[in-house]
Amino acid sequence: MPVSRFGPAEALAAPLAPPAARGRLAQIRATYFGTPRNAVVSLFCLALIVLAGQATAEWLLLDAVWAGGPEACKAGEGACWPFLAEKLRFAVFGFFPYEQQWRPGVAMLLLLAMCAATMLPALWRRELLLGWVLALLAMYLLMAGGILGLVPVPTSQWGGLPLTLMLAVVGFGAGFPLGVALALGRRSRLPAIRTLCTAYIELIRGVPLISLLFMASVMLPLFLPEGWTIDKVLRAQVAIILFAAAYIAEVVRGGLQGIDKGQYEAATAVGLGYWQNMILVILPQALRIVIPPMVTLFIGFFQDTTLVTIVGLFDFLSSIRAAQRDPSWQGIAVLEGYAFAAVVFFVFCWTMARYSRWLEARFDVGHK
Amino acid sequence: MGSWIRGATGCVAAVAGMVLAAQGAVAGPTLDAIKAHGKLRCGVSPSSAGFAYPDDKGRMLGLDAEVCRAVAAAALGDGDKVEFVPLTTNVRFQALQSGEVDLLSRQTTETFSRDVTLGMNFAPVVFYDGQGVMVPKSLGVKSAMDLDGAAICILPGTTTEQNIADWFRTRGMTFESVVFEQPDEWRNAFFQGRCDVLTTDRSDLASSRAVANNPADYVILPETISKEPLAPVVRHGDDQWLDIVTWTVNGLIAAEEKGITRENAAKLAAESQDPEIQRMLGTSEDLGAQLGLDKDWLLRVITTVGNYGEMFDRNLGPGTPLDLERGQNTLWTDGGLLYAPPFR
Repeated sequence: MPVSRFGPAEALAAPLAPPAARGRLAQIRATYFGTPRNAVVSLFCLALIVLAGQATAEWLLLDAVWAGGPEACKAGEGACWPFLAEKLRFAVFGFFPYEQQWRPGVAMLLLLAMCAATMLPALWRRELLLGWVLALLAMYLLMAGGILGLVPVPTSQWGGLPLTLMLAVVGFGAGFPLGVALALGRRSRLPAIRTLCTAYIELIRGVPLISLLFMASVMLPLFLPEGWTIDKVLRAQVAIILFAAAYIAEVVRGGLQGIDKGQYEAATAVGLGYWQNMILVILPQALRIVIPPMVTLFIGFFQDTTLVTIVGLFDFLSSIRAAQRDPSWQGIAVLEGYAFAAVVFFVFCWTMARYSRWLEARFDVGHK
Repeated sequence: MGSWIRGATGCVAAVAGMVLAAQGAVAGPTLDAIKAHGKLRCGVSPSSAGFAYPDDKGRMLGLDAEVCRAVAAAALGDGDKVEFVPLTTNVRFQALQSGEVDLLSRQTTETFSRDVTLGMNFAPVVFYDGQGVMVPKSLGVKSAMDLDGAAICILPGTTTEQNIADWFRTRGMTFESVVFEQPDEWRNAFFQGRCDVLTTDRSDLASSRAVANNPADYVILPETISKEPLAPVVRHGDDQWLDIVTWTVNGLIAAEEKGITRENAAKLAAESQDPEIQRMLGTSEDLGAQLGLDKDWLLRVITTVGNYGEMFDRNLGPGTPLDLERGQNTLWTDGGLLYAPPFR
């Protein structure tokens, strides 16, 4: 005997929506070719996609030059892959000494492994934080050298993908606690703290990242006495951290506002102080809500790190540009490097986007 | 609360201390600082064909990079003791002023304001560049004076654009400008015949011609429209260091004049009876000591990079993809501008 329901049984059994077309083909026909106008638009778009796809495939694969030197590429019509093969290591590691390039390679893998571990909620424990501190320290020592028989490598020779990843991950990672503190500060009841935090956030958000990088790289050294220089990579990294913090603060503030007032009152009622209230009750909920915008923010930051090229750091993209200026390849291989960069950036960003979706589903954020 | 403040203050002080200690204050003459550091920090262009560009292994090649190696060979005894610092145009002077680099060898045009107001000193010119014009051979033009009414491909907002306009105006000639934003687009437009003339610095013209499908179809006309003397730069205030860089460059030029090459330098040092060669290579007088260096400084420079002519041929000359003529960059004895004061 089924569980009894209210109302007549027929009403429940009656379809709530018009009958869905059966089969995938029928569905496609209904969606894209339902009306004559739809059909025309669909055909037009389809033609565009086919044309663009065909041209891309021809350039990338069919007409591409796979072997030989600059001469072969000059004669060929399509993409010049030997260029990429020859310049791959330079594109990925930049000016880092050739024989030592395993070091940034290992450092990069370590960073990616830590990122992968951090992406699993099952591992979100205090030990993870310790792991990060150790991993970053190990990375720094690997890159800089000077101990355990590693040749010292000055930061002016750091470059390529490891630098891009480091700037983005460290910038966001260090900006995060600062951002949370700023978000709490902006909602503080103490006017001094509130004003200070608001001023900071608005000031940083009011200027583009590029001007902040310029300040750190060009203006700052002029204020220091001659001969006292702060490392160029460190300057850019600090600028990125400060910039990230302001944006993270606003995203977190959005999350804090999304928490029901009852939560604050309930926590206070059971006798929790401000910090206990925040750390144990409010922030865990608020941060959970803001995961999707936070990932979006990170994707943006990851791409923005390419701006450091303007202050003379050789991130992934500018290493590729430098490689193109080899006189034997100059003017012959132009798009290939950019195509490679696009693929690498896409893989990273797409992975993060998928992760965000997965996390959303797991925490059921969308249905809150 | 009190302990918190103490902790924070201590932390800030420690960080500041680390930053300053790690970098070390550069006090006293540049040469001592370089010797202490063990490497010459040399600012170069990150990528400029023929002047400074990385090979597949990230090793810097090109004329500017070799100037760095030459100075390192003189000052530190080893041409490989160079730390190349790739610098963009907008941070190069600041990097030199703040002591981030000790020498700037980066296709920098020597001008009044840079020398006088920016607080820098220029060593002798290592490359006389200047704006030139390139045309297809099929046009049958022999001189830029025949270009009245020509269509010229230019990049907007550059000094190039201004120079060519001034040059045409002073001669009462007209031209039609065809403007492009991107260098690649601009170059291709010329090769596809959308304009008659391509104009930019001569070294750039040469590298543009190198990528044409048939380089022999194009000719760079003899006229030079603007002066762009490219020279190494050092900070104001350390005369000894300026002298070292100046006389290293002079030495490269004088070596070509005297016929000293990478191959025969050691032999000449032992056998030559020419008094100037003996002075240069440290067999008679010790000129090096007056620079604060040892006797063999210039011999080392030449065995490291060769003389000026060898450097030019290796990086820019015929046989390289750039295929540049010596032009003005030839010795004064051959009608060029390279003239090194005597070594005595």
